[in-house]
Amino acid sequence: MKDDRQSFVSQTVPIQSATFTNEVNAEIRRAADTGIYDIRGGGAKRRVPHFDDLLFLGASISRYPLEGYRESCDTRVVLGTRHAKNPIELEIPVTIAGMSFGSLSGPAKEALGRGASAAGTSTTTGDGGMTEEERGHSTKLIYQYLPSRYGMNPDDLRRADAIEIVIGQGAKPGGGGMLLGQKISDRVAEMRNLPMGIDQRSACRHPDWTGPDDLEIKILELREITGWRVPIYVKIGGTRPYFDTTLAVKSGADVVVLDGMQGGTAATQDVFIEHVGLPTLACIRPAVQALQDLGLHREVQLVISGGVRTGADVAKALALGADAVAIGTAALVALGDNDPKWESEYQKLGTTAGAYDDWHEGQDPAGITTQIPELMARFDPIEGGRRLKNYLKVLTLEAQTIARACGHNRLHNLEPEDLCALTMEAAAMARVPLAGTDWYPGKAGF
Amino acid sequence: MQTFDLEAGSLRELNEMLHAQKDDTNQTAWEIVNAKGSHAIAVGLDAPIEVTIKGSTGYYCGGMNKLATIIIHGSAGPGVAENMMSGKVVIEGDASQYAGATGHGGLLVIKGNASSRCGISMKGIDIVVHGNIGHMSAFMAQSGNLVVCGDAGEALGDSLYEANLFVRGKVKTLGADCIEKEILPEHMEILKDLLKQAGAEANPDEFRRYGSARKLYNFDVDNVASY
Amino acid sequence: MCGIVGLFLKDKSLEPKLGQMLTDMLITMTDRGPDSAGIAIYGHEAGNSIKLTIQSDNPDDDFATLAENLGAKIGAPVSIQRKDTHAVLKLSASKASEARQALSELYTSVRLMSAGDTIEIYKEVGLPKDVACRFTIPQMSGTHGIGHTRMATESAVTTMGAHPFSTGPDQCLVHNGSLSNHNNLRRELRREGIQIDTQNDTEVGAAYLTWKMQQGSSLDEALESSLDDLDGFFTFVVGTKDGFGVVRDPIACKPAVMAETDQYVAFGSEYRALVNLPGIDNARVWEPEPATVYFWKH
Repeated sequence: MKDDRQSFVSQTVPIQSATFTNEVNAEIRRAADTGIYDIRGGGAKRRVPHFDDLLFLGASISRYPLEGYRESCDTRVVLGTRHAKNPIELEIPVTIAGMSFGSLSGPAKEALGRGASAAGTSTTTGDGGMTEEERGHSTKLIYQYLPSRYGMNPDDLRRADAIEIVIGQGAKPGGGGMLLGQKISDRVAEMRNLPMGIDQRSACRHPDWTGPDDLEIKILELREITGWRVPIYVKIGGTRPYFDTTLAVKSGADVVVLDGMQGGTAATQDVFIEHVGLPTLACIRPAVQALQDLGLHREVQLVISGGVRTGADVAKALALGADAVAIGTAALVALGDNDPKWESEYQKLGTTAGAYDDWHEGQDPAGITTQIPELMARFDPIEGGRRLKNYLKVLTLEAQTIARACGHNRLHNLEPEDLCALTMEAAAMARVPLAGTDWYPGKAGF
Repeated sequence: MQTFDLEAGSLRELNEMLHAQKDDTNQTAWEIVNAKGSHAIAVGLDAPIEVTIKGSTGYYCGGMNKLATIIIHGSAGPGVAENMMSGKVVIEGDASQYAGATGHGGLLVIKGNASSRCGISMKGIDIVVHGNIGHMSAFMAQSGNLVVCGDAGEALGDSLYEANLFVRGKVKTLGADCIEKEILPEHMEILKDLLKQAGAEANPDEFRRYGSARKLYNFDVDNVASY
Repeated sequence: MCGIVGLFLKDKSLEPKLGQMLTDMLITMTDRGPDSAGIAIYGHEAGNSIKLTIQSDNPDDDFATLAENLGAKIGAPVSIQRKDTHAVLKLSASKASEARQALSELYTSVRLMSAGDTIEIYKEVGLPKDVACRFTIPQMSGTHGIGHTRMATESAVTTMGAHPFSTGPDQCLVHNGSLSNHNNLRRELRREGIQIDTQNDTEVGAAYLTWKMQQGSSLDEALESSLDDLDGFFTFVVGTKDGFGVVRDPIACKPAVMAETDQYVAFGSEYRALVNLPGIDNARVWEPEPATVYFWKH
């Protein structure tokens, strides 16, 4: 309030609304300008209960640690032991999640293959089909079977090491419908059988089956086509993990892949990413419970993805009962996505390093989520492969460090009782006691 | 002629034998008896052989077919010839839903009626139906040709890309962005050729063509109701 | 998440084989639903009697004296025929509602599976072939019946979660699919006074039909309005005293195959369920249209 006498008067400090924040208001203005929802890539950006809210207990008088160098800590895992003649044997329990050629450049896919193979693990194709680069550079390649069926063919099916039937992903469980801004280059257009340069509409359901009773028959067909040789994974977004895991198993899945809301996508509506789907942490115990109730924990393997970043995350996922984890966003960051060295270019795009998420526009300064040759040329796939291998190595060493400290000679011997929680939410979701207590919400019916 | 009895032998044995046939096989004629609605019969074939199935099949008969000719003397369950790459599948009876779903190539002929979602997401396959087709057919059909000598159900060609739809009878309703289009000489050629390949007697002049209005190719807020 | 079968006999000479035929059809659908199974058989009327099919988790205890106790309470004779965990009570039609009331008071843990002149419903957790065997379904005769094998989606695998669900005298419902607004509907129907015991979406579908008919709709009309009021994916098969009805939701993704000859009308979730029916090679085989109610009756 202004005072005409011009003597000093205390004024109220401008208060920003916690409801109508600057970000929210900017989005409202953008919506009013364009009449269309905001589309972006990545996973949920907002803070949700996550692995950081859990801690390991470590060694004590009652529990003895293993020596770091002399006493081994096994990291190997086998996925798909239930039915397949050739299950997937991995050196480390960290895999590369499905990301499409189309959303990523050819060299980026090559780098993922090189790095993963050097580390003894697998990569996964995405919504666009299998490329020669991927198959050539990946020793173990999982082939996604999606509602769109872009590029789907029996030859690729038969040269895949496993098949992943995608029902949903964490960023957009139930997603499909209209998806704009996917600028389709000629190579991508040819693989997907679409006219160039148009907006791609995505199917949300598989075209030729609906429901787990039909899924069972679809899995039979895929096994028959591939001679029962390879494992069948079923990938779901985090929604009803207990029921979904049960149904995936009843339909015949060898491996269940569960992707929480922090899991990335190449592009979808922001409102979908931020407001639909469970945090990854909330998915794990119900899925493990479902497997235990079926008597199939460890026989049908569980792969968790969505916001896995460090060896601690890997160890925590395993401690809660997962058999392996998958990384997507983290792998891209390791390759060089959102690197501050391109800051001047991010600024030109109206963003900044770490926040850049308009991957569907294909202008990535790092040359990873683009099809433009000049930008792609900035990315060296061999160097990228080396970086990914290094990063995977660090994840493994960190997880081993933790496991040894908890007295385990195998990563997969980590258990929920090695953990405690810092918050009520994390305690409830992970069914792990609050630090210093033996209680979590939900225990004994509370 | 090789004969396989699905009551005597297993599905696995059958498909394994059929998969063992390569381009140069001399076992080119196969007959399968006692199909009895079994699923996944003759899936993933990859050789220029001819397989005749006596009886009606379950789901996904001829799925992902390459090069082979498959003839079903009966009706086919859901997803017949799904994702077919090349070759020919002929159904003497009716086809259930999702016939020819996401097919990339080859020819699917249905002498009876097809059910809902015929040609859903088709990506280059040609489908000729002597009878009628059900609702939501050619949903998101990207390329290829669907020829229907009878009637079409609701929402034909909803969200269509570049597939050509030729219908002789009545279309109950058209789906989003699907409109009637002119039949130019090049379309008439395609139509005549497909009718001939499918052994259909229908008069090509009695057909109408339906295709994409292409209004959904690039977003315009005024079209939002169509999505 | 399920398999459905239905058989309506036009040829009376097949009636002694109804149970066997239905059982065979049901067993073929086991892959679609390994969790639990149930069958509704419509047998022959017995004068002025009605039949109550009941179930108990403690049949030895409960069934030992049930007929006497119930009979004493309502002041009329009650006969009991036990089959494993189920039993069929026969009593005078005029005492029907009294008997039901008395039953729920005297035996709180006994569940009523069905009530009517001709219907008997048997359902339990387990594989279809085991369930059918326990209740000697293959030996039963009747005019028509429906059966169901379940793969549970969003509720537990329990006896009461199994289908068919009774919707009224001589009426029942089986369902393949997944309703998406069942929670809201359950709350509304409970507020209307309808009893719903489980979290099963199908039970809500059955309760909805019951409620509509209590409000004065015919079964036909209730099925028509279900197309508007129920949301999700469903193929419904309903059993009635005279026959059975079929309806599929407007999207019609869940499968449904019908076959008709001079001898019968049959329903199956897959053609496989129908292959061993007499004369199937020359039967008229077709798929019901979406959003359309079909009925067959004697």
